[in-house]
Amino acid sequence: MKRVTIDPITRLEGHGKIEIFLNEEGDVENTYLQIPELRGFEQFCVGRPAEEMPRITNRICGVCPEAHHVAGTKALDALFHVEPSSSVKKVREMFYNAFYVTDHTTHFYALGGPDFVVGPDAPAAERNILGVVHKVGVEIGKEVIDTRIRNHHVIKIVGGRGVHPVAGLPGGWSKAITNEEQEEFKEICQKNVDFALFSLKVFDDIVLANQDYVDLILADTFTHRTYYMGTVDEHNHVNFYDGMIRVTDPEGKEFAKYPAKDYAEHVAERVESWSYLKFPYLKNVGWNGFTDGMESGIYCATPLSRLNASDGMATPKAQEAFEKFYETLGSKKTNGRYEPVHHRLATHWARLVELLYAAERMQELVNDPEITDPNVRPIVTNTPDEGVGSVEAPRGTLTHHYWTDENGILTKVNLIVGTTNNNAPITMSVKKAAKTLITKGTVITDGLLNRIEMAFRNYDPCMSCATHSLPGQMPLEVVIWDSDGKEVEKLSQFTDNQRV
Amino acid sequence: MSEKPKLAMYWAASCGGCEISVLNIGDKILVVDDVFDLAFFPCIADFKVKDVEGYPDGYIDVCLFNGAIRTSENEEMAHLLRQKSKVLVAYGSCAYEGCIPALSNLTSKEDTFNTVYFDNPSIDNPDKTLPLVETEVAEGTLTLPSFYHTVKSLDQVVDVDYYLPGCPPEPPQIWAVLEVVVNALINGGPLPPAGSIVGAGTVAVCEECPLEKNVKSITEFYRPYEIQPEPGLCLLEQGIVCVGPATRSGCGALCPQVGMGCRGCYGPLDDVEDQGAKMLSAIASVVSVGDAGEDEEELEEKINAVMDSLADPAGTFYRFSMAHSMLKRVKVNGNGANGGDTK
Repeated sequence: MKRVTIDPITRLEGHGKIEIFLNEEGDVENTYLQIPELRGFEQFCVGRPAEEMPRITNRICGVCPEAHHVAGTKALDALFHVEPSSSVKKVREMFYNAFYVTDHTTHFYALGGPDFVVGPDAPAAERNILGVVHKVGVEIGKEVIDTRIRNHHVIKIVGGRGVHPVAGLPGGWSKAITNEEQEEFKEICQKNVDFALFSLKVFDDIVLANQDYVDLILADTFTHRTYYMGTVDEHNHVNFYDGMIRVTDPEGKEFAKYPAKDYAEHVAERVESWSYLKFPYLKNVGWNGFTDGMESGIYCATPLSRLNASDGMATPKAQEAFEKFYETLGSKKTNGRYEPVHHRLATHWARLVELLYAAERMQELVNDPEITDPNVRPIVTNTPDEGVGSVEAPRGTLTHHYWTDENGILTKVNLIVGTTNNNAPITMSVKKAAKTLITKGTVITDGLLNRIEMAFRNYDPCMSCATHSLPGQMPLEVVIWDSDGKEVEKLSQFTDNQRV
Repeated sequence: MSEKPKLAMYWAASCGGCEISVLNIGDKILVVDDVFDLAFFPCIADFKVKDVEGYPDGYIDVCLFNGAIRTSENEEMAHLLRQKSKVLVAYGSCAYEGCIPALSNLTSKEDTFNTVYFDNPSIDNPDKTLPLVETEVAEGTLTLPSFYHTVKSLDQVVDVDYYLPGCPPEPPQIWAVLEVVVNALINGGPLPPAGSIVGAGTVAVCEECPLEKNVKSITEFYRPYEIQPEPGLCLLEQGIVCVGPATRSGCGALCPQVGMGCRGCYGPLDDVEDQGAKMLSAIASVVSVGDAGEDEEELEEKINAVMDSLADPAGTFYRFSMAHSMLKRVKVNGNGANGGDTK
């Protein structure tokens, strides 16, 4: 049996490894996505004071520390039985949307965008942010960098630090926003909205205007009919900060809707001895292997999933973009809801719809008079016991669950992290791309690397956290061994001079 | 062939925040690109471990190594990069002193696996499956690196030339260090003595903190949610634990300025081996010990009462420096400092 190893695909907390096994006929028999790292936060947080969790768990990910910080802070609200004031919620949600603007921008321009803007078959050396800049203009590159800088500025002012914020407290937030800061943020927000609209236009002009790209998005290679998960508000609109967890089935019907605290009644995590990363699935459907469809409990939690699991967006321009997204991709409305879009590559477009929502929502919040409320740090005297907090991380629903003694010292911790939700779907996508591209012993060399990478990257897995950087490519290498364990071919994604 | 000096950056057990900190030096990143050729940088460039293995010893001029040593793979990479690098920098708190991942040294590998894979409300693992170094599947053998009992800092497995503290290091500090390195490589300028801590100050965080200190003694500690601190005044003097007195400056005292105590991510001061011990003595100096002539037993009771109001001193005072501290690891289930994973 032939064996193809892709190592490193890049990292989650270390790097991932894909093993592809070919059968005697030379077709793909099976694939494995292995995550070779574990740091063990759930255990070493035991014994720590609960209020330290927002500043300990943000070290799970240095690219999305804001997501862990806010999920941890919300878990403290529940743990200490304290309902934050509406101004506290607004400060946190504004902070969180500033993070979404930077994160989605970086992903689209540096990571996901190059496949489309420059083209999936362009030489690897051009499929990066610099290639995007060449195509759409230098001023755009500057705009991308400026978007990152101005929103990180907001994050640092409001969260205390540029990376690994510290301001979250049970029921509160340690930093109040001043009037001067609010005025500065207003300008930043307007730029964000303009930039998000511009980004959707780039997608229109370059991707949607090109039939080849549209066909690629619609290709079966990148399609899986799974369940979808996302957080929705009282109108079933997408919300990143708070709401109910909603799961829809592959046909678009609501399968479950529950408060985050009930997550364990709905989600179970499977362990495989060949990966340190667990595989969550829907408990009430059941584990049916790495397959899609109604009978498989595998669900997906990404920008595409959030759109599919919702009835729409809570802000006007994003709602327009939402409708255009479904109409263009041929989705019909049943009972007032669009049918789900199952094409994984449409996730990039969904991410831009969310970017616009984040920018609009941030603007609403910055203009809210309560955002400058000086009283955001309440004194909390309740006895803590148990609490769950959840947010939509860019890479999926993020759940923190804490138990403490009466002094607020942690006795137990459970975390279901964004990317972990998508561990099984990513495994499936990699397998499908490999099966399509390797037949009868024929390995489509460049196409294999590109398409497997694309199958993987649309999830924006945290393995690619760090590829949120200029070139926007995942280091990919495929080594093929024959049945004697002899290396017969080696393919590499990059040119030797690939650098910042 | 380019004659530019070669730069490498690698992550071991880390979060990616160190890479983000480098990107946050802004347009200076273009200067870095101008001056260096990259030799290995899994975050942004396609050099493979095999490429590094093929380099002559000392081929890489500067290697920024971030992340702690948590698995066998992390340690193998540390040895390889030491061999191939002229200057090896422990970049960021994890590589320097263990950081948050080294809080794991307060527990054991067995308890970690038990919690992560057996005992939590969402787990579905009736067969008690655990990740294995080798797994036989129908198609062949799958391998994983082994998970160590004890988290180590980089200098506990290889020799380190410089340490750049912070979780993550602050961008202006990173740039200051790179400027010195660039000057040394291009113009033959001086490098700091081997073993130096670079990109940080030499005084305590308190010295760069704008909050006003009044040499006030305290009688009780507050958890951060139990008090609304008086703006502009020292947090520690208001009874909020702040590790600033035992922590090296360099960050700009960011956390205290938003009303949250320092947690010590820049590590201990010069000539202080143990940050936690230093912090205990700093605490002792602000705790009210009562008036002269008071009964000694009463005094001791008072002190004990104040100290009891401190939550989790080990996990707080050694939040970032556990691997490097005199504690190194707490004995759990018979696993000592080197339990189960000696080289």
